[in-house]
Amino acid sequence: MRSPDPTPFEVKDCALITLALGRTAQTLRELRDRVAEVPLGSLRHHMLESKLRPSFDDPELPNDFALWALDALRDLELAERLSAIDAALLAEGETLRQRLLDVLEDRLAEEPRLDAARPGHEFHFLRSQLVVYPTDQAAGDPRALAELLPRFSLGGVYLHFVESRLRPPRGEDDFSTWLDDWGETGQALRERLATVDPMFGSLRELRSRIAAAVDGNGAAR
Amino acid sequence: MIPTLDSYAPFVGQNVLRQLRQLSAPLRGASVVHVNSTRAGGGVAEILHRLIPLQRELGLDASWEVIEGDAPFFDITKGFHNSLQGQPVAIRPHQLEHFLEVNRQNAARLGDALAAADFVFIHDPQPAALLRFTPERRGQWVWRCHIDASRPQRPTWKFLRELVGGYDASVFSLAAFAQPLPHPEYLVPPAIDPLSEKNVELSESEIAATAERLGLAPDRPVLLQVSRFDRFKDPVGVVRAFRMVRSYLPAQLVLAGSSAADDPEGEAVLEQVREEAGGDPEISLLMLPPDDHRTINALQRRADVVLQKSLREGFGLTVTEALWKRRPMVAGDAGGITLQVIPNRTGFLVHTPEGAALRIRFLLQNREIAAEMGERGREHVRENFLLTRQLRDYLTLMNALAQGAGELIELDA
Repeated sequence: MRSPDPTPFEVKDCALITLALGRTAQTLRELRDRVAEVPLGSLRHHMLESKLRPSFDDPELPNDFALWALDALRDLELAERLSAIDAALLAEGETLRQRLLDVLEDRLAEEPRLDAARPGHEFHFLRSQLVVYPTDQAAGDPRALAELLPRFSLGGVYLHFVESRLRPPRGEDDFSTWLDDWGETGQALRERLATVDPMFGSLRELRSRIAAAVDGNGAAR
Repeated sequence: MIPTLDSYAPFVGQNVLRQLRQLSAPLRGASVVHVNSTRAGGGVAEILHRLIPLQRELGLDASWEVIEGDAPFFDITKGFHNSLQGQPVAIRPHQLEHFLEVNRQNAARLGDALAAADFVFIHDPQPAALLRFTPERRGQWVWRCHIDASRPQRPTWKFLRELVGGYDASVFSLAAFAQPLPHPEYLVPPAIDPLSEKNVELSESEIAATAERLGLAPDRPVLLQVSRFDRFKDPVGVVRAFRMVRSYLPAQLVLAGSSAADDPEGEAVLEQVREEAGGDPEISLLMLPPDDHRTINALQRRADVVLQKSLREGFGLTVTEALWKRRPMVAGDAGGITLQVIPNRTGFLVHTPEGAALRIRFLLQNREIAAEMGERGREHVRENFLLTRQLRDYLTLMNALAQGAGELIELDA
């Protein structure tokens, strides 16, 4: 006898509100000092949650620290190194902070001539609150989920495909967790979703890549 | 007629409207009172006129109260405003007492509505002391500062800090504007309303008629800067940049601002600009009434390149308006402009008249690139700086305040 189908995938959405932390940095040294002391939530904001903040989606630099290194300090090398830090390290808590500090301290050690940002271009440390709420959307089976994914809100994409990876114990996207319960029926979609890099690009681009992957015709396949 | 939520669907899509409805569900029935100092004129009143009906449509019991004051009170609060923006203004003790007394009278008049509300939003410094005179309050009180208070005069800020420190939270437009306070400081960037007179779509014939009425030639490119005649907006630098452009290309320059009659410094800057322009017939200095939004709208749509060559800037809503109209921008590398003008993507950031001239020439001679930048600017504003995003921020903020200080707040079904 066939076991009962898993419960439907209930789509949630989220909205971000940003808060000032009241700490700024004008030089690389100050940035290092602040990164060492601010709450982890602030680092999460600048590494990841900033994707939900009103800002221009930079196609090249994936986090606020890298953007500031380039725009304010005009330090391309530092910007590249900061860009390469994987936001998924947030799942390991303080590991991310240590990785950031390593990059900043290495740069301080090798480049003593570093300039300060001009007045008005300081780095402002922020934090945020994420409000998660239910929607009236649900998917009863993997096919329905595949149809729904391209129409997800950006908040839904962030919550279920990006932020979910930081949550223990599984550290994976919510779709894959749910599809696991569907056995072979969900396996094909699960494999296609696994080809999509969740930390790269804007949420709009990410949604497009997810849509292309589940459609089966996109480049991400 | 006041637009409904559905009127915004063509601009932001159904997903955004659905999100607003879902986010507002836990707040249905909550009483929300906004208090400011005027029902007409100024950006705050403009936004409240639109925001409150939308909050009501979403099921919140939203209302708007305006404080009453005499001329000396508003002189004092004008002084606060200038002083928070960094101008030295002497405010005497008896004036501070009068400020408090007017707030006390207003608190007595509005007392019941304020005390019973679930959320009270106090806009700017004028009504900031209402909290002190409403001891029996049950809801959350939020001070919404619309001013660039990044470099306030310290005596004024110390006085205000005593008043606003007691609020449950404050809201600033940008992180750079925030001052240390003993409560959560939220950031809600400003926004424009795509359905307002200043931003609504206009017909080509209306744009052409406005240009003709203002004496602009139809066959030469128009460069435009809309701003007060204020040295921080660098209108003299704009005229210099224009001169440099004109030695290569035919063009017309429009500097559009409000009358500077009641602003001695503005009058002096205007005189400097006149002198720099030297009677050049291709330079128009337009003094428009502050509420002539439709003319500004038409000018922005007629312009080939829009300038905002500010040396210092708050957020720069004129930049937002121009980007929304698909205009490529040449703008100063200052304040909130840097959130909007992204180099090589939605325009150029410049530091000198020479830099501005070079970028203007580039845009006038590379029309396809200029158009692409215009499209990107439009999308940037659509995503980030329309009224619906501001409404979402307020709903998120109220949900967060109602639920506590956690970083992750889950609302029930």
